[in-house]
Amino acid sequence: MAEELSNGEPQADAADVPLLRIDAVVKRFGVFRAVDRLSLDIRAGEFFALLGPSGCGKTTLLRMLAGFETPDQGRILLDGKDIAQVPPHQRPVNMMFQNYALFPHLTVRDNIAFGLKRLGMPGSEIDSRVAELVALVKLEGLEKRKPDQLSGGQKQRVALARSLARRPQVLLLDEPLAALDKKLRESTQLELMELQRRLGMTFIIVTHDQEEAMTVADRIGVMDAGRLEQVATPRELYEAPASRWVAEFVGDINLFEGQIEPRESRLTMAPRLAIVTRDAGTVFVAEPRQPIAKTSVCVAIRPEKIKLSSRGPVSSDNTHAINRLEGVVTDVGYLGGVTTYKVKLDSGAVLRSSMANTARLDLDAYSPGQRVVAWFSPDDCVVLEQ
Amino acid sequence: MSGRRIFTRPARLAAIAPYLWMLLFFLVPFGFVLKISLSQTAIAQPPYLPVFDLTQGFAAIKAASAELSLDNFRLLVSDNLYVMSYLRSLAVAAVSTSILLVIGYPIAYGMARLPKRWQGVAMMLVIVPFWTSFLIRIYAWINILQHDGLLNKILLALHLVSAPVVWLSTDSAMYLGIVYSYLPFMILPLYAVLARMEPALLEAASDLGSSPRQAFWLVTFPLSLPGVAAGVLLCFIPIVGEFVIPDLLAGSSSMMIGQTLWLEFFTNKDWPVASAAAVVLLVLLLVPLAFYDRLQRRQLEDARS
Repeated sequence: MAEELSNGEPQADAADVPLLRIDAVVKRFGVFRAVDRLSLDIRAGEFFALLGPSGCGKTTLLRMLAGFETPDQGRILLDGKDIAQVPPHQRPVNMMFQNYALFPHLTVRDNIAFGLKRLGMPGSEIDSRVAELVALVKLEGLEKRKPDQLSGGQKQRVALARSLARRPQVLLLDEPLAALDKKLRESTQLELMELQRRLGMTFIIVTHDQEEAMTVADRIGVMDAGRLEQVATPRELYEAPASRWVAEFVGDINLFEGQIEPRESRLTMAPRLAIVTRDAGTVFVAEPRQPIAKTSVCVAIRPEKIKLSSRGPVSSDNTHAINRLEGVVTDVGYLGGVTTYKVKLDSGAVLRSSMANTARLDLDAYSPGQRVVAWFSPDDCVVLEQ
Repeated sequence: MSGRRIFTRPARLAAIAPYLWMLLFFLVPFGFVLKISLSQTAIAQPPYLPVFDLTQGFAAIKAASAELSLDNFRLLVSDNLYVMSYLRSLAVAAVSTSILLVIGYPIAYGMARLPKRWQGVAMMLVIVPFWTSFLIRIYAWINILQHDGLLNKILLALHLVSAPVVWLSTDSAMYLGIVYSYLPFMILPLYAVLARMEPALLEAASDLGSSPRQAFWLVTFPLSLPGVAAGVLLCFIPIVGEFVIPDLLAGSSSMMIGQTLWLEFFTNKDWPVASAAAVVLLVLLLVPLAFYDRLQRRQLEDARS
């Protein structure tokens, strides 16, 4: 009855219905809640990444989408149909497994054709589909090999082709590149994005590697302890983290706890908030879009937004335009493209800064023991409620 | 640098020890048996001719060698008794091994799917019977199967039969005894293969549209074939030569080759024919052994590549 009623709803909403809707899903293992009342909408054609530390429940969530785990509560709607209780072999969803799970007794061709044969597809059609997939993942000439005779990168391609073969509505990827070395991983990330765009398929990837998530995904869901901490584009996630936890989890960050100064004087044109911190004195920050309810807050600033110089910025007549901190360089880490510095502030706190090495000769380099001025713009600060 | 150099002297000794063992306890005795199989029976001590006496010098040995013949092997082929014994042995082994596989596979499969901490317990239960002597266990079966034994008492008490059934000295009793005795040898290699299997493979099969039954036949079973081969050969080969179980549990109407051999050796005191029968049995069993060896070598190569 309920389904009939929902079908009777205005058709105008159809476009807004996400391909996949995860609705208040709970999964318990004993007393442990692996996934805790989690809701998430994923649009058709989206490349979505689930990012989180190990044990955060991201893999459990993916396995529920594949059907290997059944939610204890909640619904998983695919195209409006609840698939939470549908067994994996009847779902229009396929998964690429973490260690590929290729069938060792079957050739590359038979591994890729496995899912097609289960569809009862005629042999000639299977042949052409397999040939198409082999070309898509560039495995020509390896069709007759067994998985044992393939390199890690080749296995990864077979696994990908196999999971794409049935043209699933959603492709789930469980740490698909974790077993590859760094160079291969990076090139494969790009290929994966290329492929996803070309096929227009919905990809959901699980990863603990934030660079990977940032590279491939349109949107990222950051998970911790079975809940989504934030769902945002990679840029939003990095530049506007929703919580202190997300700010610390994604990338490097400097955090200063403090109190919002009661606003008395409006000396500048730009709206500024003054925050009195213990470690960095008074820090001026751009007025957040959402008003902050508490007065006890945390100022977050990414290391690459902090510049170092020996004397400080020249045009510093307006004290509200720039934040200046003084300290001594304690640590220098040269990483090639960037150099990271640790600066011990006069308050005793340590500030991290990273600067791009834009010139070949080290004109901008500082050495340990050197006294420097660290400065950053109020616009680059994020205010987080504690 | 050659690979052999890395072996130090004790290691080299350890490497040849198995060959030494084979030479002393297999090849040399087999040489004796082979020689006896080519001799003629005689009323003497030992009961065959010629006897090689190394003290008589080379000429005497040469003369004795001339007396060796293949007569006993000709007898084996021409006399129905032996041919039937061989055929019965192979048939009994084939039937028993099939029953063992049909019973053993589900048990091994069930064990492999138990929670990890219960798998050890299940393994113990399979092995525990070995703590009692094999002969005693077969005698226990005689007790259970005899006219007023436990089985008949239970059947009578349950009113399933009206008079005691003859169980002992039948083929059924023999098959029961063989299957009971060899079951661990079928279960253990199967369990070893099934327990090692990656669970993700079954998930992949189901993800790609296989029902649980299809996943079993398309993934689990083909991947367990090395275990099936090991279990089948581990059971088939010794069952062909089985003597005790058919002797104690089966009727006397037809004999397996082990029984025929025993009869020739101890009752007829015809050592040469008994030896010839043993040699032929060994050659027959080399066929499945060679097959097993090839299978193992292929597996090793697969694992290495």
